[in-house]
Amino acid sequence: MTDTPGNVVLHVADVHKRFGGLHALADIDLQVEEGQTHAIIGPNGAGKSTLLNVIIGKLAPTSGAVVFDGNVLTGRKPYEINQLGISRVFQTPEIFTDLSVLHNVMIPALARRDGAYKLNMLRALTKETAIRAEAEAMLEDVGMIASRDMLAGSLSRGDKRRMELAMCLIQHPRLLLLDEPTAGMSRHDTNTTIELLKKIKSRGMTKVIIEHDMHVVFSLADKISVLAQGRIIADGSPDQVRGNPKVQEAYLGGTH
Amino acid sequence: MHLFYLPRREAITLAVFALVVLTMPVWLVPFGAAYPGLMQKFAIFAIFAVGYNILFGLTGYLSFGHAAFLGVGSYTAVWSFKLMTMNVIPAMIFAVVVAGLFALVIGFVSLRRSGIYFAILTLAFAQMCYNLAYSVLTPITNGETALQLTMNDPRVLDLMFVEREAGLPSPSLLGQAMTGIEAFYLVAVVLLIAFYVAQKIFVSPFGMMLRAIKSNQTRMHYTGFNTRPYALTAFVISGMYAGLAGALLAATDPLAGAERMQWTASGEVVLMTILGGVGTLIGPIVGAWLIKYFENIFSGFNDAMLHRTFSWLPDGVQDVVVSVASRFVGEGWHLSLGLIFVLVVVFLPGGVMEGVRRIASLFGKRREPGGDGALKTIPAE
Repeated sequence: MTDTPGNVVLHVADVHKRFGGLHALADIDLQVEEGQTHAIIGPNGAGKSTLLNVIIGKLAPTSGAVVFDGNVLTGRKPYEINQLGISRVFQTPEIFTDLSVLHNVMIPALARRDGAYKLNMLRALTKETAIRAEAEAMLEDVGMIASRDMLAGSLSRGDKRRMELAMCLIQHPRLLLLDEPTAGMSRHDTNTTIELLKKIKSRGMTKVIIEHDMHVVFSLADKISVLAQGRIIADGSPDQVRGNPKVQEAYLGGTH
Repeated sequence: MHLFYLPRREAITLAVFALVVLTMPVWLVPFGAAYPGLMQKFAIFAIFAVGYNILFGLTGYLSFGHAAFLGVGSYTAVWSFKLMTMNVIPAMIFAVVVAGLFALVIGFVSLRRSGIYFAILTLAFAQMCYNLAYSVLTPITNGETALQLTMNDPRVLDLMFVEREAGLPSPSLLGQAMTGIEAFYLVAVVLLIAFYVAQKIFVSPFGMMLRAIKSNQTRMHYTGFNTRPYALTAFVISGMYAGLAGALLAATDPLAGAERMQWTASGEVVLMTILGGVGTLIGPIVGAWLIKYFENIFSGFNDAMLHRTFSWLPDGVQDVVVSVASRFVGEGWHLSLGLIFVLVVVFLPGGVMEGVRRIASLFGKRREPGGDGALKTIPAE
């Protein structure tokens, strides 16, 4: 329905969101290009989480639409959105705490292969050698192969995040959404997470990162949109955004 | 080969389990429980519990209405005896199908909610089924007198080949009447098949999806799974197991009453599962056996037997001990069961199976220094 240029994967078109009298999002227009890492930053309360929830269909916009690769996302269920090729990393890792690390990573791989529902009851899991090998390769990739038989719930916060990333990456999503991937992490865990994100950046996957930590964003993003009080006040490359006086005032000035 | 394949560990479990079940008439003798009627119950309620655990143990959905499917299975089986044939095979098939259909409808509605609301919905449906059976649908269920065989049942299939005989017929398999020890072996073989199917589910990707639903439903949604049909499939499968158990109850004693569907019966299977160990394959079976043993053997103890047991004590002490102990046996068997249940839930939240695991790991530690089982590499299949 909305006209999307060839290389735009995700188009947030004229989105408004009101909660009663509060104008949480106003006039949001975002275009995320294929292969880019697009960061959305802004101080607390700027509307970042609302925007993310609108993108993934958890909240319906008051007006406007979100279009992913020609499909309108608004009104679709989370599993349908995932099956279209969007994976998501949560602020607090959402993982299967009482399953092993290996199984945690095998499950999303099965979702990609088998779809939203398949009665796969006669085959033994141990015979799923292809999926298993894929999961092990992915764990190798994120440096977690040693803990593959551990219970996911017993991992450290940073390892949970790494595993959640592996769970998303194994689906080869066309778009990866990261909601404050380093929130609540120690400096050490933050740095390992940034290193990992840099590593996967080279793979040409489109990513949208929601962050309030500028340090994380400037080293990762190709493009940054700054959100303040529900509006996009600046848009551009990290250098352009850094030099923008409006950003200095609204964002940096606003926090201290 | 995929169709019948089981990983080695599960295959060994199945073999040991088969041995245990088939030798019941021997090893139950010292427990005073080796009579066919009780052993049939052991096997039938084991099937019920194994099926219930596929829903509760794997997906975490706590149903308080599974006795409804047991009752539906019993009624269906008795009607199959009355209308068609005394052969138990068609009775079992019909019971499984009809119970599955009931589970499909009830599950479809109940699974719109989770947690306590799901439990209440299943309870409400089960009580509706109970009341329908007890009063509203008396032409089908024969109300409080219970559905029974009569002398002039049509039994169309049987009477095509054989003349009507004097006296009520009994359920049969290949011309062999299903009573006493023969009936036990029939039920035991059905239990082994049911156990094997449950094992297949446990080790399959489908089984892992059910565990994942229990673990984190949000992540399942954002991973691309539509969880409701998965949960519904588990619900229907467990309903079918309950229907099968109901059919076997009718096959060993061809009569079906509404009390089989009452909420206490639904609660009993929850107790069995928790007592034995939620989410394990063997646990619910152990739970079922413990509860049925208590119900049938403990309840039979009386003061005279207690006096004999404690006869080695001096007279005065003996009277005191017997009068205290008698509160916990006979009519009071619920009291002992309740105590055991409380002790297990408080000290072994994983049920009897957790106790077994703890004991096993005590012995295991010696052989495997620092044995952090989680870090072991999985042997190649």
